[in-house]
Amino acid sequence: MRKLILPLLAAAFLAGAGSAARAHEGPELLHPGFSFEGVMGRYDPAALKRGFQVFHEVCSNCHSLNRVAYRSLAAIGLTPAQIKSLAAEREIQDGPNDEGQMFMRPGRPSDAYIPPFPNKQAAAAANGGAAPPDLSLMAKARKGGPNYIYSLMLGFEDTPPADVKIPDGKFYNTVFPGHAISMPPPIQDDVVTYADGTKATKEQITRDVVTFLNWAAEPELDERKSLGLEVLAFLAVLTALLYALKRQIWKDVH
Amino acid sequence: MSAYKTNNKVVAWIEERLPIFSMLQHSAVEYPTPRNLNYWWNFGSLAGFMLVVMILTGVFLVMNYTPNTHMAFESVDRIMRDVNYGWLLRYLHSNGASMFFILVYIHIMRGMYYGSYKAPRELLWWVGIAIYLAMMATGFLGYVLPWGQMSFWGATVITNLFSAIPVVGPHIVTWLWGGFSVGNPTLNRFFSLHYLFPFVIFALVFVHLWALHTVKSNNPLGIDVKSPQDTIPFHPYYTIKDLFGIGVFLMFYLSFVFFAPNFFGEPDNYIPANPMMTPPHIVPEWYYLPFYAILRSIPDKLGGVVAMFSAILVLLFLPWLDSSKVRSGKFRPIFKQLFWLFLADCFVLGWVGAQVPSPNVTLIGRFATVYYFAHFLVILPLLGKFEKARPLPASISAPVLKGGGMAAGAHAQPMEKA
Ligand code: HEC
Ligand code: HEM
Repeated sequence: MRKLILPLLAAAFLAGAGSAARAHEGPELLHPGFSFEGVMGRYDPAALKRGFQVFHEVCSNCHSLNRVAYRSLAAIGLTPAQIKSLAAEREIQDGPNDEGQMFMRPGRPSDAYIPPFPNKQAAAAANGGAAPPDLSLMAKARKGGPNYIYSLMLGFEDTPPADVKIPDGKFYNTVFPGHAISMPPPIQDDVVTYADGTKATKEQITRDVVTFLNWAAEPELDERKSLGLEVLAFLAVLTALLYALKRQIWKDVH
Repeated sequence: MSAYKTNNKVVAWIEERLPIFSMLQHSAVEYPTPRNLNYWWNFGSLAGFMLVVMILTGVFLVMNYTPNTHMAFESVDRIMRDVNYGWLLRYLHSNGASMFFILVYIHIMRGMYYGSYKAPRELLWWVGIAIYLAMMATGFLGYVLPWGQMSFWGATVITNLFSAIPVVGPHIVTWLWGGFSVGNPTLNRFFSLHYLFPFVIFALVFVHLWALHTVKSNNPLGIDVKSPQDTIPFHPYYTIKDLFGIGVFLMFYLSFVFFAPNFFGEPDNYIPANPMMTPPHIVPEWYYLPFYAILRSIPDKLGGVVAMFSAILVLLFLPWLDSSKVRSGKFRPIFKQLFWLFLADCFVLGWVGAQVPSPNVTLIGRFATVYYFAHFLVILPLLGKFEKARPLPASISAPVLKGGGMAAGAHAQPMEKA
């Protein structure tokens, strides 16, 4: 067994070196501790629902969520009827029809979440030149993932340090690269009212929306970790048996 | 080899026409293997296992992947969300690439420590290097396929290296791209080659094994097999040992797949490729980092490219650069230490390769680069002439059976109760 530890250590070291190597620069991020972290971590269903509400009422006024279909919201507990009416809230261009005309129709559950702007240029024009990025994969597309988004949301400050100049139409943020972001601080206390009675503090809202965005990026997380535990438990038993068999077979060679 | 005998009529019928059963019997069952192989000898079969996993997951990924710059990123995302167990296929494949390299690096280091490259195994070693080169190419090509920011910019940086070649360089780059920048033709040909190369690797693995079965396995003592007493049949001894190794390895591999699937990945590759926006810091996959460091530590572009390729090609000359007649590092007191120093140097290079260049980092990179080459070109040729090797045991079975009566015996007992 001792001989196995070395290669594993070497591999772990390699892996560690890789990630340490990538951990260059960047500001300190907050680590609020999310329910979905770690081997046993899973999404908190109530937080997912609240988080969706925040996304829907606040973020979706500027951000698209192009890779999440309305139908897939069933996974966070929305009923088919809710999904249908939700999809129908916005219109989307379709066509051409038999007369060759493009037309607008209400969204359907099979549509991806309908974006607030018809195109990137319109999105940029409405936001001081910076188009709000799509949020579907945001939780995987930044160093620090969910902790980054959490810190970004809570990283707005009204008065920048004396030596930092923030251009008009931009906002000072402690974690955004360059510190001048085109997104106005979207989250304040009570910017939403939760149906389940949860107190809507800034931190709570942020935690919820980040949970939702992580789900948007990794909808498979719960299933993945549960399956992983089963597979590893199986492998542990199998490997132990193989080891016993190996000892048995090699008995007279030693 | 005993003649192949069977009572099964069907087997006998096939055997007469295609001696496949006797071949299997010969090379996977009876194949006489040194009795003293330690667990470092598991990594060859593990790498072979990983190749099969890569080909299987790859073939199923292709069924849902679209090699077009407008659709590649979305098609990978659909694999993750909408294909049944698509996330599993993709994470097995992307983490599998890193695992494959970990295994092969350990496998190569094993060969370097125990002198497995020395006569009569030079060609076996060469085929191994060819496999490694083909793997590097395959990994690079594959990383371009999801068409994220790192895919695009990594491809741009690496293909641009060829422009350093005098006169024809820029033409070669245009030819590689199939255009004047990395674009749809590039993605298409990279996809084609990414599908092709693993099968080239597969063929090379056969040649590798062919050479192996001709010259037979080296062993931790590095001495030749002298009598049947020194060997045991491959089956069941090494089949069960390799299976056990696969079990342990799978637990390691799948821990990443299920619990930290993006550990080896770059967050930037979840941003669709954007030719108008250069990421602040372009880094290659971790398995190229030492070579990337060597590339960057030479101030001249062409010189850097030459140094980078030389760093791999120097391995081809290793059998002749190492002047010692003793194979195993176990009996070479100085070599043994320098081996670990060399390994540490590779890690330093890997670290340097991942850093944003700064004067200090560059300085460390240059020292590490010089040492890397010095190990092969200065230390190994000279060391064999000066180093006094410890006495070699008379045979493989001697120290194993006698429990180590000789000077070297105490250490030369690799099959200790594991
Ligand atoms: C008024 C419009 C608006 C609203 C509402 C809004 N955003 Fe943004 N957001 C932007 C813009 C514009 C950017 C691009 C900023 C830039 O590049 O300077 C942005 C960028 C981002 C980024 C990416 C930052 C980066 O590292 O590139 C994240 C994450 C984000 N928003 C999350 C959210 C969340 C979560 C919400 C809802 C709670 C939200 N946004 C609400 C306009 C908005
Ligand atoms: C030597 C074996 C192989 C290696 C080292 C390898 C490596 C890689 C790598 C590093 C990626 C990028 C993963 C990512 O970040 O998403 C990739 C993607 C891909 N590979 Fe391979 N691969 C191998 C074999 C194959 C084979 C045999 C096929 C097809 C038959 C294949 C098909 C694909 C496809 C379709 C993708 C794009 C999907 C994706 O990005 O996940 N691969 N490969």
